[in-house]
Amino acid sequence: MSNKRVVSSTINGQQVEFLTEPQQSLLECLRDTLGLTGSKEGCNDGNCGACSVLINNRLVNACLMLGIEIEGKDVVTVEGLADVHELHPVQEAFVLEDGLQCGYCTPGFIVATKALLDKNANPTEDEIRFWLAGNLCRCTGYDKIVRSVRLASQLMNDAKEGLQ
Amino acid sequence: MKTFDYEAPVTIDQTITLMSKTRGKTLLLAGGTDLLVQLRYSNQDVDLVIDVKGIPELNQINYDEFSGLVIGAAAPCSQIYESAPVLENFPAIIDAATIIGGKAIQNRASFGGNLCNASPSGDAIGAMMSLGAICNVVGSEGVRNIPIEDFCIAPGKNALEKGEMLISIQIPSPRPNSGSHYLRFTPRAEMDIAVAGVGASIELDSDLNKILSARIALVAVAPTPVLATEVSESLVGQKTSGSLLEKAANIAKETISPITDVRGSASQRKHLIGVLTRRCLDIAVKRAVQVS
Repeated sequence: MSNKRVVSSTINGQQVEFLTEPQQSLLECLRDTLGLTGSKEGCNDGNCGACSVLINNRLVNACLMLGIEIEGKDVVTVEGLADVHELHPVQEAFVLEDGLQCGYCTPGFIVATKALLDKNANPTEDEIRFWLAGNLCRCTGYDKIVRSVRLASQLMNDAKEGLQ
Repeated sequence: MKTFDYEAPVTIDQTITLMSKTRGKTLLLAGGTDLLVQLRYSNQDVDLVIDVKGIPELNQINYDEFSGLVIGAAAPCSQIYESAPVLENFPAIIDAATIIGGKAIQNRASFGGNLCNASPSGDAIGAMMSLGAICNVVGSEGVRNIPIEDFCIAPGKNALEKGEMLISIQIPSPRPNSGSHYLRFTPRAEMDIAVAGVGASIELDSDLNKILSARIALVAVAPTPVLATEVSESLVGQKTSGSLLEKAANIAKETISPITDVRGSASQRKHLIGVLTRRCLDIAVKRAVQVS
């Protein structure tokens, strides 16, 4: 028996309506219904952070929410970070510092990093590692990830100064 | 996950009605960080999931000196540790809220959920127990106030009757010259589950050398988090000293009979409870001296 409900929310700046069954996770809705496959399924129980997204600017695991829970909410996935012409500074920093190996955990790390830098523009190494504790890199490339976050912080601060 | 129905009521009354009308199994959803994992991997049949995050009483964090702190059952950890009155008055609550999960979990996981989940290793339960929390429960029969030490009755089982829901947790205002702390041992510094944990609150006299009252909660060393009354009794009326706290730590070790499981052995847990109790009391006393 199908028990589909309509959910309306804002995803990456666009008003979206989609159908979901109540038991479907937000991650399933994003990937399978909406075609937003940037968010990855790693552990599917909240340990690995590969499905990190922002809901009303707060970092959450999309596997630990139901799709139906985002009714009326503002969702940002990794697809929503870059604009058409250029990468988001966090993405650029991960490229420049080689902050990825296989790349599977990268969208989660990038979304979590954006959430960190929006809150704390100049995090220390300890703060970076603590904040990213909910994201696992199976290739163990943590040092390069931390370096990428530091560069991202610098790029974002430079961009802000450039505007002033 | 198996199929289920979903409702998101906005009042307590609507929720109670939904629970009483549904004939099959009903579950309440707050942050979902435990519940959705359990539903995904247990394959249990559930008829209705009721999302309670839209109910204002369950999201509140209110503090006044007279009635103390009220934490809505669905308020996430991050809302708790970003609250100025909690930061100012309830250090053990901040300790627990900042070590549960990582940042993404803290934006969802609630203290009420931690309590209803009734895990032996619930960090929030230990912290709230040390502070003498009362659980505000509503059901079709009316209101009940359950002391937190009576709320968890077995691993994964709480004292709620069918049709009842946890609304909020009430924590009395700190007494003058008091301090609290929650401390746990985990192999990994974050994103881990306690092998053992200790929550303590201590009230000193106006000269700051005698202990007037003490509450100590022990976590992950019994079927539920437990209040260690023998430890409290050993402290009350005594002058604070290293040897007194050492003695209390030894009593804590002797009161428990923990089990061996994947996270740690019984003897490791006993040892840890001694070390953690000593350290936790020390910090609670220091905090009591600082606030005075």
